[in-house]
Amino acid sequence: MVDIPEHLLQRSAEARAKALGISIEQALAEMKGESDPTVVSKDPEVKIIDETPAPAAETPSPAAETPAPAAEVTPVKEEHAAETTEKVAEVAIEKKPAAKAPDPKTDAPDEVDFAPEVKVTQRLLTVVKAKPIQKAASEPVDKVNTWPHLMLPEFVSLMAMTAFLILLSAILQAPLLEEANPNVTPNPAKAPWYFLGLQELLSYWDPQIAGVMIPLVLGLVVWMAFPYIDRNPETHPSKRKFAIMFYTFFLAGAGVLTIIGVLFRGPGWNWTYPWIDGIWFDDLLDWIHFE
Amino acid sequence: MQKLSLRDRIKEVRVTAGDSFRGGKLMSSIFRPGSPFKKGYVDSPRNRSYVVMNNVLYHLHPVKVKRHGVRLSYTLCLGGLSFFLFIVLTITGIWLMFYFRPTELAYVDIQALQTDIAFGSLVRNMHRWGAHLMVLVVFLHMSRVFYHGAYKAPREFNWVIGVILLLLTLLLSFTGYLLPWDQLAIWAVTVGGNMAGYTPVIGAQAKFGLFAGLEATTATLLRFYVLHVLFLPFIIVIFMAVHFWRVRKDGGISGPL
Repeated sequence: MVDIPEHLLQRSAEARAKALGISIEQALAEMKGESDPTVVSKDPEVKIIDETPAPAAETPSPAAETPAPAAEVTPVKEEHAAETTEKVAEVAIEKKPAAKAPDPKTDAPDEVDFAPEVKVTQRLLTVVKAKPIQKAASEPVDKVNTWPHLMLPEFVSLMAMTAFLILLSAILQAPLLEEANPNVTPNPAKAPWYFLGLQELLSYWDPQIAGVMIPLVLGLVVWMAFPYIDRNPETHPSKRKFAIMFYTFFLAGAGVLTIIGVLFRGPGWNWTYPWIDGIWFDDLLDWIHFE
Repeated sequence: MQKLSLRDRIKEVRVTAGDSFRGGKLMSSIFRPGSPFKKGYVDSPRNRSYVVMNNVLYHLHPVKVKRHGVRLSYTLCLGGLSFFLFIVLTITGIWLMFYFRPTELAYVDIQALQTDIAFGSLVRNMHRWGAHLMVLVVFLHMSRVFYHGAYKAPREFNWVIGVILLLLTLLLSFTGYLLPWDQLAIWAVTVGGNMAGYTPVIGAQAKFGLFAGLEATTATLLRFYVLHVLFLPFIIVIFMAVHFWRVRKDGGISGPL
Protein backbone atom coordinates (compact mmCIF):
# COMPACT_ATOMS: atom_id res chain seq x y z
CA MET A 1 0.00 0.00 0.00
CA VAL A 2 0.97 3.54 -0.50
CA ASP A 3 2.87 5.25 2.26
CA ILE A 4 1.09 8.31 3.43
CA PRO A 5 3.36 10.98 4.89
CA GLU A 6 3.02 11.15 8.63
CA HIS A 7 2.02 14.78 8.83
CA LEU A 8 -0.77 14.36 6.27
CA LEU A 9 -2.09 11.35 8.08
CA GLN A 10 -1.99 13.30 11.28
CA ARG A 11 -3.87 16.18 9.80
CA SER A 12 -6.63 14.04 8.33
CA ALA A 13 -6.89 12.13 11.56
CA GLU A 14 -7.43 15.37 13.39
CA ALA A 15 -10.11 16.35 10.95
CA ARG A 16 -11.79 13.00 11.27
CA ALA A 17 -11.63 13.12 15.01
CA LYS A 18 -13.21 16.51 15.02
CA ALA A 19 -15.93 15.48 12.64
CA LEU A 20 -16.86 12.31 14.45
CA GLY A 21 -16.22 13.54 17.96
CA ILE A 22 -13.65 10.92 18.85
CA SER A 23 -10.09 11.12 20.03
CA ILE A 24 -7.29 11.61 17.61
CA GLU A 25 -5.67 8.33 18.52
CA GLN A 26 -8.91 6.49 17.84
CA ALA A 27 -9.26 8.20 14.50
CA LEU A 28 -5.72 7.37 13.60
CA ALA A 29 -6.22 3.78 14.56
CA GLU A 30 -9.36 3.59 12.48
CA MET A 31 -7.61 5.04 9.53
CA LYS A 32 -4.82 2.57 9.78
CA GLY A 33 -7.32 -0.22 9.97
CA GLU A 34 -6.39 -1.18 13.51
CA SER A 35 -9.82 -0.39 14.85
CA ASP A 36 -13.34 -0.63 13.47
CA PRO A 37 -14.59 2.61 11.96
CA THR A 38 -16.87 4.74 14.03
CA VAL A 39 -20.28 5.35 12.64
CA VAL A 40 -22.28 8.42 13.27
CA SER A 41 -25.63 7.92 11.67
CA LYS A 42 -27.82 10.90 11.32
CA ASP A 43 -30.18 9.64 8.68
CA PRO A 44 -30.41 5.89 8.71
CA GLU A 45 -32.70 5.67 5.67
CA VAL A 46 -30.06 7.07 3.42
CA LYS A 47 -27.39 4.73 4.67
CA ILE A 48 -28.38 2.13 2.17
CA ILE A 49 -26.16 3.73 -0.37
CA ASP A 50 -23.11 1.98 0.98
CA GLU A 51 -22.54 -1.56 1.94
CA THR A 52 -19.92 -2.50 4.42
CA PRO A 53 -18.18 -5.79 4.51
CA ALA A 54 -21.00 -7.78 5.95
CA PRO A 55 -20.26 -10.75 8.16
CA ALA A 56 -19.13 -13.70 6.14
CA ALA A 57 -22.25 -15.62 6.94
CA GLU A 58 -24.33 -13.00 5.24
CA THR A 59 -24.71 -13.78 1.55
CA PRO A 60 -26.40 -10.88 -0.08
CA SER A 61 -29.15 -11.74 -2.50
CA PRO A 62 -28.22 -11.47 -6.17
CA ALA A 63 -30.49 -8.51 -6.57
CA ALA A 64 -28.74 -6.65 -3.86
CA GLU A 65 -25.39 -7.48 -5.29
CA THR A 66 -25.98 -6.39 -8.82
CA PRO A 67 -24.98 -2.81 -9.02
CA ALA A 68 -26.47 0.03 -10.88
CA PRO A 69 -28.10 -1.38 -13.99
CA ALA A 70 -31.41 -2.01 -12.32
CA ALA A 71 -31.42 1.38 -10.77
CA GLU A 72 -32.83 4.35 -12.51
CA VAL A 73 -30.43 6.68 -14.14
CA THR A 74 -32.44 9.76 -13.43
CA PRO A 75 -31.26 12.05 -10.71
CA VAL A 76 -33.05 11.29 -7.49
CA LYS A 77 -33.20 13.44 -4.45
CA GLU A 78 -31.49 11.75 -1.60
CA GLU A 79 -34.47 11.88 0.75
CA HIS A 80 -36.54 9.96 -1.72
CA ALA A 81 -33.84 7.61 -2.82
CA ALA A 82 -35.27 4.76 -0.88
CA GLU A 83 -38.69 5.04 -2.50
CA THR A 84 -37.82 5.97 -6.01
CA THR A 85 -35.01 3.61 -6.86
CA GLU A 86 -37.36 0.75 -6.63
CA LYS A 87 -35.74 -2.63 -6.62
CA VAL A 88 -32.32 -2.07 -5.26
CA ALA A 89 -33.49 0.23 -2.57
CA GLU A 90 -36.19 -2.13 -1.38
CA VAL A 91 -33.89 -5.04 -1.23
CA ALA A 92 -31.31 -3.04 0.55
CA ILE A 93 -33.73 -1.88 3.17
CA GLU A 94 -34.88 -5.39 3.79
CA LYS A 95 -31.40 -6.64 4.09
CA LYS A 96 -30.03 -3.92 6.26
CA PRO A 97 -31.43 -4.81 9.64
CA ALA A 98 -30.23 -8.35 9.27
CA ALA A 99 -26.81 -7.18 8.32
CA LYS A 100 -26.72 -4.61 11.04
CA ALA A 101 -27.93 -6.81 13.80
CA PRO A 102 -24.78 -8.71 14.65
CA ASP A 103 -22.46 -5.79 14.83
CA PRO A 104 -23.72 -2.25 14.48
CA LYS A 105 -20.15 -1.06 14.42
CA THR A 106 -19.46 -2.66 11.07
CA ASP A 107 -22.37 -0.87 9.52
CA ALA A 108 -21.86 1.39 6.55
CA PRO A 109 -19.93 4.53 7.24
CA ASP A 110 -21.76 7.37 5.65
CA GLU A 111 -18.69 9.31 4.91
CA VAL A 112 -15.61 8.47 2.97
CA ASP A 113 -13.35 6.23 4.86
CA PHE A 114 -9.85 7.49 5.11
CA ALA A 115 -8.20 4.32 6.16
CA PRO A 116 -6.88 2.64 3.06
CA GLU A 117 -7.00 -0.81 4.53
CA VAL A 118 -10.66 -0.86 5.47
CA LYS A 119 -12.42 -2.44 2.58
CA VAL A 120 -15.55 -0.62 1.72
CA THR A 121 -17.51 -1.99 -1.17
CA GLN A 122 -19.82 0.52 -2.62
CA ARG A 123 -22.85 -0.26 -4.59
CA LEU A 124 -24.05 1.98 -7.31
CA LEU A 125 -27.57 2.96 -6.50
CA THR A 126 -28.21 5.67 -8.99
CA VAL A 127 -26.26 7.51 -11.58
CA VAL A 128 -26.80 11.21 -11.66
CA LYS A 129 -25.99 12.56 -15.06
CA ALA A 130 -23.56 15.41 -14.93
CA LYS A 131 -25.39 18.44 -16.20
CA PRO A 132 -24.35 22.05 -16.19
CA ILE A 133 -26.58 24.39 -14.26
CA GLN A 134 -26.92 26.62 -17.28
CA LYS A 135 -27.77 25.14 -20.62
CA ALA A 136 -25.51 26.29 -23.39
CA ALA A 137 -27.48 28.49 -25.77
CA SER A 138 -26.04 27.17 -29.00
CA GLU A 139 -25.87 23.55 -29.96
CA PRO A 140 -22.97 22.48 -32.12
CA VAL A 141 -23.94 22.67 -35.79
CA ASP A 142 -22.51 20.75 -38.70
CA LYS A 143 -20.71 23.42 -40.69
CA VAL A 144 -18.40 23.54 -43.65
CA ASN A 145 -16.01 26.16 -44.92
CA THR A 146 -17.63 28.74 -47.14
CA TRP A 147 -14.60 28.61 -49.34
CA PRO A 148 -14.78 26.47 -51.36
CA HIS A 149 -17.93 24.58 -50.45
CA LEU A 150 -20.36 27.47 -50.92
CA MET A 151 -18.40 29.79 -53.19
CA LEU A 152 -17.86 27.18 -55.86
CA PRO A 153 -21.50 26.17 -56.40
CA GLU A 154 -22.45 29.84 -56.25
CA PHE A 155 -19.88 30.68 -58.88
CA VAL A 156 -21.05 27.85 -61.11
CA SER A 157 -24.71 28.84 -60.83
CA LEU A 158 -23.73 32.42 -61.55
CA MET A 159 -21.90 31.39 -64.68
CA ALA A 160 -24.80 29.18 -65.73
CA MET A 161 -27.19 32.08 -65.28
CA THR A 162 -24.96 34.38 -67.31
CA ALA A 163 -24.69 31.83 -70.09
CA PHE A 164 -28.46 31.32 -70.09
CA LEU A 165 -29.14 35.04 -70.17
CA ILE A 166 -26.71 35.72 -73.02
CA LEU A 167 -28.08 32.80 -75.00
CA LEU A 168 -31.65 33.92 -74.39
CA SER A 169 -30.78 37.46 -75.44
CA ALA A 170 -29.07 36.26 -78.59
CA ILE A 171 -32.07 34.19 -79.62
CA LEU A 172 -35.05 36.12 -78.34
CA GLN A 173 -35.40 39.69 -79.52
CA ALA A 174 -36.95 42.09 -77.03
CA PRO A 175 -40.20 43.49 -78.41
CA LEU A 176 -40.23 46.96 -79.88
CA LEU A 177 -43.51 48.00 -81.46
CA GLU A 178 -44.13 51.24 -83.31
CA GLU A 179 -43.52 54.52 -81.52
CA ALA A 180 -45.72 55.47 -78.59
CA ASN A 181 -48.89 57.18 -79.71
CA PRO A 182 -51.40 58.26 -77.08
CA ASN A 183 -54.06 58.59 -79.78
CA VAL A 184 -53.95 54.97 -80.88
CA THR A 185 -55.13 52.57 -78.22
CA PRO A 186 -54.21 48.97 -78.88
CA ASN A 187 -56.99 46.51 -78.23
CA PRO A 188 -56.44 45.01 -75.75
CA ALA A 189 -54.02 47.17 -73.80
CA LYS A 190 -52.16 44.94 -71.40
CA ALA A 191 -50.03 45.67 -68.36
CA PRO A 192 -46.64 43.96 -67.87
CA TRP A 193 -47.09 40.25 -67.39
CA TYR A 194 -46.61 40.34 -63.61
CA PHE A 195 -49.61 42.66 -63.31
CA LEU A 196 -51.80 40.70 -65.71
CA GLY A 197 -53.24 38.57 -62.92
CA LEU A 198 -54.46 41.81 -61.35
CA GLN A 199 -55.74 43.10 -64.64
CA GLU A 200 -57.64 39.86 -65.05
CA LEU A 201 -59.15 40.31 -61.58
CA LEU A 202 -60.10 43.85 -62.56
CA SER A 203 -62.24 42.44 -65.34
CA TYR A 204 -64.27 40.43 -62.83
CA TRP A 205 -64.81 42.78 -59.96
CA ASP A 206 -65.15 46.37 -59.11
CA PRO A 207 -61.78 48.11 -59.40
CA GLN A 208 -62.03 49.26 -55.78
CA ILE A 209 -61.94 45.63 -54.70
CA ALA A 210 -59.83 43.98 -57.35
CA GLY A 211 -57.48 46.83 -58.05
CA VAL A 212 -56.92 48.09 -54.55
CA MET A 213 -58.22 45.92 -51.76
CA ILE A 214 -56.70 42.70 -53.02
CA PRO A 215 -53.23 43.93 -54.00
CA LEU A 216 -52.93 46.43 -51.19
CA VAL A 217 -54.61 44.70 -48.28
CA LEU A 218 -54.03 41.06 -49.14
CA GLY A 219 -50.92 41.48 -51.22
CA LEU A 220 -49.02 43.86 -49.02
CA VAL A 221 -50.33 44.07 -45.51
CA VAL A 222 -51.18 40.42 -45.02
CA TRP A 223 -48.12 39.34 -46.93
CA MET A 224 -45.73 41.40 -44.91
CA ALA A 225 -47.41 40.53 -41.65
CA PHE A 226 -47.48 36.83 -42.45
CA PRO A 227 -44.72 35.81 -40.02
CA TYR A 228 -46.61 37.63 -37.29
CA ILE A 229 -49.89 35.96 -38.17
CA ASP A 230 -48.51 32.45 -38.50
CA ARG A 231 -47.27 31.72 -34.99
CA ASN A 232 -46.74 28.00 -35.54
CA PRO A 233 -43.04 27.49 -34.85
CA GLU A 234 -42.79 24.26 -36.86
CA THR A 235 -40.92 24.38 -40.14
CA HIS A 236 -41.50 20.90 -41.48
CA PRO A 237 -44.20 20.89 -44.17
CA SER A 238 -46.09 18.03 -42.52
CA LYS A 239 -46.61 20.15 -39.41
CA ARG A 240 -47.81 23.28 -41.13
CA LYS A 241 -50.26 21.93 -43.63
CA PHE A 242 -52.58 24.92 -43.56
CA ALA A 243 -49.82 27.42 -44.34
CA ILE A 244 -48.53 25.24 -47.16
CA MET A 245 -52.03 24.85 -48.53
CA PHE A 246 -52.64 28.58 -48.29
CA TYR A 247 -49.52 29.49 -50.18
CA THR A 248 -50.03 26.80 -52.80
CA PHE A 249 -53.55 28.04 -53.44
CA PHE A 250 -52.24 31.57 -53.75
CA LEU A 251 -49.52 30.42 -56.12
CA ALA A 252 -51.95 28.41 -58.25
CA GLY A 253 -54.47 31.25 -58.30
CA ALA A 254 -51.92 33.87 -59.26
CA GLY A 255 -50.45 31.54 -61.87
CA VAL A 256 -53.80 30.73 -63.47
CA LEU A 257 -54.92 34.37 -63.52
CA THR A 258 -51.61 35.50 -65.00
CA ILE A 259 -51.65 32.82 -67.68
CA ILE A 260 -55.23 33.70 -68.60
CA GLY A 261 -54.30 37.36 -68.74
CA VAL A 262 -51.22 36.77 -70.86
CA LEU A 263 -52.45 34.14 -73.28
CA PHE A 264 -56.21 33.89 -73.29
CA ARG A 265 -57.36 37.47 -73.53
CA GLY A 266 -57.93 39.15 -76.87
CA PRO A 267 -59.62 42.30 -78.14
CA GLY A 268 -62.13 43.72 -75.71
CA TRP A 269 -60.66 41.45 -73.05
CA ASN A 270 -62.64 38.63 -74.55
CA TRP A 271 -61.66 35.03 -74.23
CA THR A 272 -59.37 33.84 -76.98
CA TYR A 273 -57.23 30.81 -77.69
CA PRO A 274 -53.60 31.59 -78.44
CA TRP A 275 -53.28 28.62 -80.79
CA ILE A 276 -56.22 29.89 -82.88
CA ASP A 277 -55.96 33.67 -82.77
CA GLY A 278 -52.28 34.08 -81.80
CA ILE A 279 -50.99 35.98 -78.82
CA TRP A 280 -52.28 39.49 -78.52
CA PHE A 281 -50.20 42.62 -78.13
CA ASP A 282 -47.15 40.77 -79.34
CA ASP A 283 -46.74 38.01 -81.79
CA LEU A 284 -44.31 35.78 -79.97
CA LEU A 285 -43.23 34.17 -83.20
CA ASP A 286 -42.02 37.52 -84.44
CA TRP A 287 -39.62 37.82 -81.52
CA ILE A 288 -37.71 34.73 -82.26
CA HIS A 289 -34.97 35.17 -84.75
CA PHE A 290 -31.69 33.38 -85.22
CA GLU A 291 -28.57 35.32 -85.95
CA MET B 1 27.38 22.48 -56.62
CA GLN B 2 25.99 20.42 -59.39
CA LYS B 3 25.59 21.88 -62.80
CA LEU B 4 22.06 22.72 -63.78
CA SER B 5 20.75 22.43 -67.27
CA LEU B 6 19.65 25.60 -68.92
CA ARG B 7 16.00 24.68 -68.56
CA ASP B 8 16.38 24.07 -64.83
CA ARG B 9 18.23 27.33 -64.41
CA ILE B 10 15.45 29.23 -66.13
CA LYS B 11 12.92 27.50 -63.98
CA GLU B 12 14.85 28.36 -60.85
CA VAL B 13 15.13 32.00 -61.84
CA ARG B 14 11.45 32.09 -62.62
CA VAL B 15 10.47 30.59 -59.28
CA THR B 16 12.77 32.89 -57.34
CA ALA B 17 11.65 35.95 -59.21
CA GLY B 18 8.01 34.95 -58.80
CA ASP B 19 8.43 34.39 -55.09
CA SER B 20 10.22 37.64 -54.49
CA PHE B 21 7.55 39.47 -56.47
CA ARG B 22 4.68 37.74 -54.72
CA GLY B 23 6.33 38.25 -51.36
CA GLY B 24 7.31 41.81 -52.19
CA LYS B 25 5.97 45.04 -50.83
CA LEU B 26 3.63 45.77 -53.73
CA MET B 27 1.80 42.47 -53.61
CA SER B 28 1.58 42.34 -49.84
CA SER B 29 0.11 45.82 -49.87
CA ILE B 30 -2.58 44.73 -52.32
CA PHE B 31 -3.53 41.34 -50.95
CA ARG B 32 -4.50 40.73 -47.40
CA PRO B 33 -3.27 37.76 -45.36
CA GLY B 34 -4.47 34.38 -46.58
CA SER B 35 -4.85 35.41 -50.17
CA PRO B 36 -3.95 32.69 -52.67
CA PHE B 37 -1.95 35.32 -54.54
CA LYS B 38 0.48 35.77 -51.70
CA LYS B 39 3.76 33.94 -51.31
CA GLY B 40 3.63 30.71 -49.41
CA TYR B 41 -0.11 30.17 -49.63
CA VAL B 42 -1.12 26.78 -48.35
CA ASP B 43 -4.57 25.25 -48.41
CA SER B 44 -5.36 25.22 -44.71
CA PRO B 45 -8.56 25.86 -42.76
CA ARG B 46 -7.02 29.09 -41.51
CA ASN B 47 -6.31 30.34 -45.00
CA ARG B 48 -9.76 29.27 -46.18
CA SER B 49 -11.20 31.44 -43.45
CA TYR B 50 -8.98 34.30 -44.54
CA VAL B 51 -10.19 33.97 -48.13
CA VAL B 52 -13.68 34.86 -46.94
CA MET B 53 -12.79 37.30 -44.17
CA ASN B 54 -10.24 39.28 -46.12
CA ASN B 55 -11.97 39.49 -49.48
CA VAL B 56 -14.48 42.23 -50.04
CA LEU B 57 -16.41 40.20 -52.60
CA TYR B 58 -16.78 37.17 -50.36
CA HIS B 59 -17.38 39.23 -47.27
CA LEU B 60 -21.12 38.79 -47.51
CA HIS B 61 -20.68 35.24 -46.34
CA PRO B 62 -19.61 33.96 -42.95
CA VAL B 63 -16.47 31.84 -42.79
CA LYS B 64 -18.51 28.73 -42.22
CA VAL B 65 -22.00 27.81 -43.30
CA LYS B 66 -24.32 25.01 -42.29
CA ARG B 67 -23.68 21.91 -44.29
CA HIS B 68 -27.28 21.42 -45.42
CA GLY B 69 -27.38 24.98 -46.75
CA VAL B 70 -24.64 24.23 -49.24
CA ARG B 71 -26.77 21.64 -51.00
CA LEU B 72 -27.96 23.13 -54.26
CA SER B 73 -31.40 21.56 -53.82
CA TYR B 74 -32.00 23.47 -50.58
CA THR B 75 -31.95 27.03 -51.88
CA LEU B 76 -31.47 26.52 -55.62
CA CYS B 77 -29.26 29.60 -55.25
CA LEU B 78 -32.35 31.74 -55.77
CA GLY B 79 -31.41 34.52 -53.38
CA GLY B 80 -27.89 34.72 -54.74
CA LEU B 81 -29.18 34.69 -58.30
CA SER B 82 -31.59 37.53 -57.55
CA PHE B 83 -28.67 39.59 -56.36
CA PHE B 84 -26.56 38.53 -59.30
CA LEU B 85 -29.30 39.49 -61.76
CA PHE B 86 -29.50 42.85 -60.05
CA ILE B 87 -25.79 43.31 -60.70
CA VAL B 88 -26.15 42.23 -64.32
CA LEU B 89 -29.03 44.68 -64.72
CA THR B 90 -26.98 47.45 -63.15
CA ILE B 91 -24.08 46.87 -65.50
CA THR B 92 -26.18 46.54 -68.66
CA GLY B 93 -28.35 49.42 -67.48
CA ILE B 94 -25.40 51.77 -67.07
CA TRP B 95 -24.23 50.73 -70.51
CA LEU B 96 -27.65 51.50 -71.98
CA MET B 97 -27.71 54.91 -70.30
CA PHE B 98 -24.89 56.03 -72.58
CA TYR B 99 -27.20 55.72 -75.57
CA PHE B 100 -30.56 56.72 -74.21
CA ARG B 101 -32.33 60.05 -73.81
CA PRO B 102 -35.60 60.11 -71.86
CA THR B 103 -37.30 62.50 -74.26
CA GLU B 104 -39.22 62.29 -77.54
CA LEU B 105 -35.99 60.82 -78.89
CA ALA B 106 -36.23 57.76 -76.64
CA TYR B 107 -37.81 55.62 -79.34
CA VAL B 108 -35.19 56.66 -81.88
CA ASP B 109 -32.44 55.86 -79.40
CA ILE B 110 -33.82 52.40 -78.84
CA GLN B 111 -34.02 51.86 -82.58
CA ALA B 112 -30.41 52.97 -82.87
CA LEU B 113 -29.47 50.54 -80.11
CA GLN B 114 -31.16 47.76 -82.02
CA THR B 115 -29.56 48.56 -85.34
CA ASP B 116 -26.52 50.86 -85.19
CA ILE B 117 -24.65 50.35 -81.96
CA ALA B 118 -22.27 47.44 -81.51
CA PHE B 119 -23.80 44.86 -79.17
CA GLY B 120 -26.66 47.28 -78.57
CA SER B 121 -29.28 44.71 -79.39
CA LEU B 122 -27.66 42.06 -77.22
CA VAL B 123 -27.26 44.33 -74.21
CA ARG B 124 -30.80 45.65 -74.51
CA ASN B 125 -32.12 42.10 -74.72
CA MET B 126 -30.05 41.08 -71.72
CA HIS B 127 -31.43 44.01 -69.77
CA ARG B 128 -34.99 43.25 -70.69
CA TRP B 129 -34.96 39.48 -70.25
CA GLY B 130 -32.80 39.82 -67.17
CA ALA B 131 -35.43 42.08 -65.65
CA HIS B 132 -38.21 39.60 -66.34
CA LEU B 133 -36.00 36.84 -65.01
CA MET B 134 -35.28 38.83 -61.87
CA VAL B 135 -38.99 39.28 -61.13
CA LEU B 136 -39.41 35.56 -61.58
CA VAL B 137 -36.37 34.58 -59.51
CA VAL B 138 -37.26 36.94 -56.66
CA PHE B 139 -40.76 35.48 -56.62
CA LEU B 140 -39.38 31.93 -56.62
CA HIS B 141 -37.00 32.89 -53.84
CA MET B 142 -39.94 34.07 -51.79
CA SER B 143 -41.76 30.80 -52.46
CA ARG B 144 -38.71 28.80 -51.44
CA VAL B 145 -38.48 30.75 -48.21
CA PHE B 146 -42.15 30.22 -47.54
CA TYR B 147 -42.11 26.47 -48.15
CA HIS B 148 -39.13 26.08 -45.86
CA GLY B 149 -40.86 28.09 -43.17
CA ALA B 150 -37.74 30.24 -43.19
CA TYR B 151 -39.70 33.36 -42.27
CA LYS B 152 -40.29 32.12 -38.74
CA ALA B 153 -38.61 33.46 -35.65
CA PRO B 154 -36.08 34.99 -35.56
CA ARG B 155 -36.41 35.83 -39.26
CA GLU B 156 -39.82 37.52 -39.27
CA PHE B 157 -38.50 40.96 -39.99
CA ASN B 158 -36.29 39.78 -42.80
CA TRP B 159 -39.41 38.44 -44.50
CA VAL B 160 -40.94 41.91 -44.27
CA ILE B 161 -37.83 43.38 -45.89
CA GLY B 162 -38.01 40.65 -48.49
CA VAL B 163 -41.57 41.60 -49.42
CA ILE B 164 -40.45 45.22 -49.73
CA LEU B 165 -37.64 44.07 -52.00
CA LEU B 166 -40.13 42.18 -54.17
CA LEU B 167 -42.25 45.29 -54.37
CA LEU B 168 -39.25 47.40 -55.32
CA THR B 169 -38.27 44.84 -57.94
CA LEU B 170 -41.75 45.08 -59.46
CA LEU B 171 -41.58 48.87 -59.39
CA LEU B 172 -38.15 48.87 -61.02
CA SER B 173 -39.40 46.56 -63.72
CA PHE B 174 -42.57 48.59 -64.19
CA THR B 175 -40.76 51.92 -64.48
CA GLY B 176 -38.32 50.38 -66.94
CA TYR B 177 -41.22 49.13 -69.00
CA LEU B 178 -42.04 52.62 -70.22
CA LEU B 179 -38.57 53.59 -71.33
CA PRO B 180 -38.55 52.11 -74.87
CA TRP B 181 -41.40 54.51 -75.56
CA ASP B 182 -43.23 52.24 -77.96
CA GLN B 183 -46.90 51.33 -78.07
CA LEU B 184 -46.36 48.35 -75.77
CA ALA B 185 -44.63 50.53 -73.19
CA ILE B 186 -46.99 53.46 -73.09
CA TRP B 187 -50.16 51.39 -72.96
CA ALA B 188 -48.88 48.95 -70.39
CA VAL B 189 -47.96 51.86 -68.16
CA THR B 190 -51.29 53.53 -68.86
CA VAL B 191 -53.09 50.40 -67.70
CA GLY B 192 -50.86 50.12 -64.63
CA GLY B 193 -51.22 53.81 -63.78
CA ASN B 194 -54.98 53.57 -64.12
CA MET B 195 -54.90 50.72 -61.61
CA ALA B 196 -53.14 53.06 -59.19
CA GLY B 197 -55.96 55.52 -59.85
CA TYR B 198 -58.39 53.15 -58.14
CA THR B 199 -56.68 53.70 -54.80
CA PRO B 200 -59.33 54.92 -52.35
CA VAL B 201 -59.16 58.54 -51.19
CA ILE B 202 -55.87 59.44 -52.89
CA GLY B 203 -56.48 57.64 -56.19
CA ALA B 204 -56.49 60.72 -58.40
CA GLN B 205 -53.41 62.14 -56.71
CA ALA B 206 -51.52 58.84 -56.99
CA LYS B 207 -52.30 58.65 -60.67
CA PHE B 208 -51.33 62.26 -61.23
CA GLY B 209 -48.08 61.81 -59.36
CA LEU B 210 -47.23 58.68 -61.29
CA PHE B 211 -48.00 60.13 -64.71
CA ALA B 212 -46.75 63.65 -63.96
CA GLY B 213 -50.03 64.69 -65.53
CA LEU B 214 -53.31 63.15 -66.50
CA GLU B 215 -51.89 60.63 -68.95
CA ALA B 216 -48.60 59.09 -70.02
CA THR B 217 -46.50 61.72 -71.78
CA THR B 218 -42.81 62.46 -72.15
CA ALA B 219 -43.01 64.03 -68.69
CA THR B 220 -43.98 60.58 -67.43
CA LEU B 221 -41.05 59.19 -69.37
CA LEU B 222 -38.59 61.48 -67.59
CA ARG B 223 -40.17 60.71 -64.24
CA PHE B 224 -40.00 56.99 -64.77
CA TYR B 225 -36.45 57.30 -66.05
CA VAL B 226 -35.22 59.04 -62.92
CA LEU B 227 -37.09 56.58 -60.73
CA HIS B 228 -35.70 53.69 -62.74
CA VAL B 229 -32.04 54.60 -62.94
CA LEU B 230 -31.51 56.52 -59.71
CA PHE B 231 -34.18 56.60 -57.08
CA LEU B 232 -35.39 53.01 -56.94
CA PRO B 233 -31.92 51.42 -57.29
CA PHE B 234 -30.76 53.63 -54.44
CA ILE B 235 -33.63 52.49 -52.25
CA ILE B 236 -33.36 48.84 -53.19
CA VAL B 237 -29.64 48.74 -52.43
CA ILE B 238 -30.30 50.00 -48.92
CA PHE B 239 -32.96 47.37 -48.35
CA MET B 240 -30.73 44.70 -49.87
CA ALA B 241 -27.93 45.63 -47.49
CA VAL B 242 -30.26 45.26 -44.52
CA HIS B 243 -31.65 42.03 -45.96
CA PHE B 244 -28.21 40.40 -46.33
CA TRP B 245 -27.06 41.70 -42.99
CA ARG B 246 -30.12 40.27 -41.28
CA VAL B 247 -29.61 36.89 -42.93
CA ARG B 248 -26.32 36.63 -41.08
CA LYS B 249 -27.51 38.22 -37.86
CA ASP B 250 -30.48 35.87 -37.68
CA GLY B 251 -28.19 32.85 -37.73
CA GLY B 252 -27.48 32.23 -41.38
CA ILE B 253 -29.58 29.97 -43.50
CA SER B 254 -32.66 28.45 -41.90
CA GLY B 255 -33.34 24.79 -41.39
CA PRO B 256 -32.65 21.94 -41.80
CA LEU B 257 -36.30 20.97 -42.00
